Amino acid sequence: MPDASRQREEQWAQWLRLGLDGDQAAYERFLAAIAPYLRAMARRRARESGLPAGDAEDIVQETLIAIHLKRGTWDPQRPLGPWIATIVRNKMIDALRRRGRRVTVPIEDVIETLEAPAAAETLGERDLERLLAGLKQQQVAVVRSISLGGMSVRETALKLSMTETAVRVTLHRALKKLAALYRADTVRETGREGRASDEVEAKE
Amino acid sequence: MKTSDLIALLSQDAPLSARYGRNLRLATLAGVAIALALLLFEIGTRADLAEAMGTVRFLAKLVLAASLGLAALGLAFRIGRPGAKTRGWALALLFAPALLAAGVAIELMTVPADEWMTKLVGRNWAYCLTFIPLLALGPLACLLAAMRGGAPGNPALAGAAAGLAASGIAAVLYATHCTDDSPLFVATWYTIATLVMTAAGALAGSRLLRW
Repeated sequence: MPDASRQREEQWAQWLRLGLDGDQAAYERFLAAIAPYLRAMARRRARESGLPAGDAEDIVQETLIAIHLKRGTWDPQRPLGPWIATIVRNKMIDALRRRGRRVTVPIEDVIETLEAPAAAETLGERDLERLLAGLKQQQVAVVRSISLGGMSVRETALKLSMTETAVRVTLHRALKKLAALYRADTVRETGREGRASDEVEAKE
Repeated sequence: MKTSDLIALLSQDAPLSARYGRNLRLATLAGVAIALALLLFEIGTRADLAEAMGTVRFLAKLVLAASLGLAALGLAFRIGRPGAKTRGWALALLFAPALLAAGVAIELMTVPADEWMTKLVGRNWAYCLTFIPLLALGPLACLLAAMRGGAPGNPALAGAAAGLAASGIAAVLYATHCTDDSPLFVATWYTIATLVMTAAGALAGSRLLRW
């Protein structure tokens, strides 16, 4: 691995370590830092599979939620690269399969892209907005207040007359529910149902 | 929602309630405790346990079950961690069948052929087929619950590892009840019970461990 990417990985690992210990700012830096790399990879996959570029951002968001929910499975003593590359690969495969694409994503490919230049965000994401409809009213209120309103948990708690703990719990449940909705999501174009199980290859 | 907004949203959920590894260890302890309670209060140990401890056949049965349980637990602890190496534990799983094969071979050489069937059928094979799965249920449920926090590439395989680990735990405990020490008995009934629970784990895993 080239020096620059090793340094970058070490920086990401450092931020995630701090994040796991409760440092919110460091955690946000970690997520913001990996997003452009996820995007570069998702765009390449989308292009190769003949998907619209807008789908790439959906895949980035789904992958970010997965990384977030599974961050506890990373052992801080171990290198971050293989962990992140494996999650990204599995999520890319899921996302492409659900869109009816037959896919194989070699792990070397993922690592390679993680080392490649980053890509800037474009609009075009649709899935997340659509899936928000599957959440409970209060979950949507919390999610909107923080994401669109740019409020903190504390401010959201004041606005919605909830305790901070209740806001945190609601937010966490909402994110888990979103991940489940992604899993169960029916593909728009083909009407193909959910993620094919690991034993069954989705056919073209 | 823009990705930058999503990132702001996720970072508000930064605090992690419990580490995955800790959850797995607690789940294992809880599972063993449930199975142990079931053994002591419902099933009981064999009356001649102290004597049996001095026999090779009984000890081999314990070592066999324990080595299977430990290797499968090692695998179950790793399999939900993306990028973690599982090959070593998967290879360690081969120790128990190898030991069993050796035991069967020795038994076949030392016991006259007309006693093979008696040894194989044993005294309480129906108990064995009932109690090993029963003892394994608690550990399996606990392990699967903890593994829901994991991210296995193949959920069915992860569930199978949990089922195998639970069977190993159950077999160690059940071995202290069961008076059939012949490798022929163990190779037949313990194996069937283990395979049933491993299949149950795989089925449950393919539903519960998707992420």
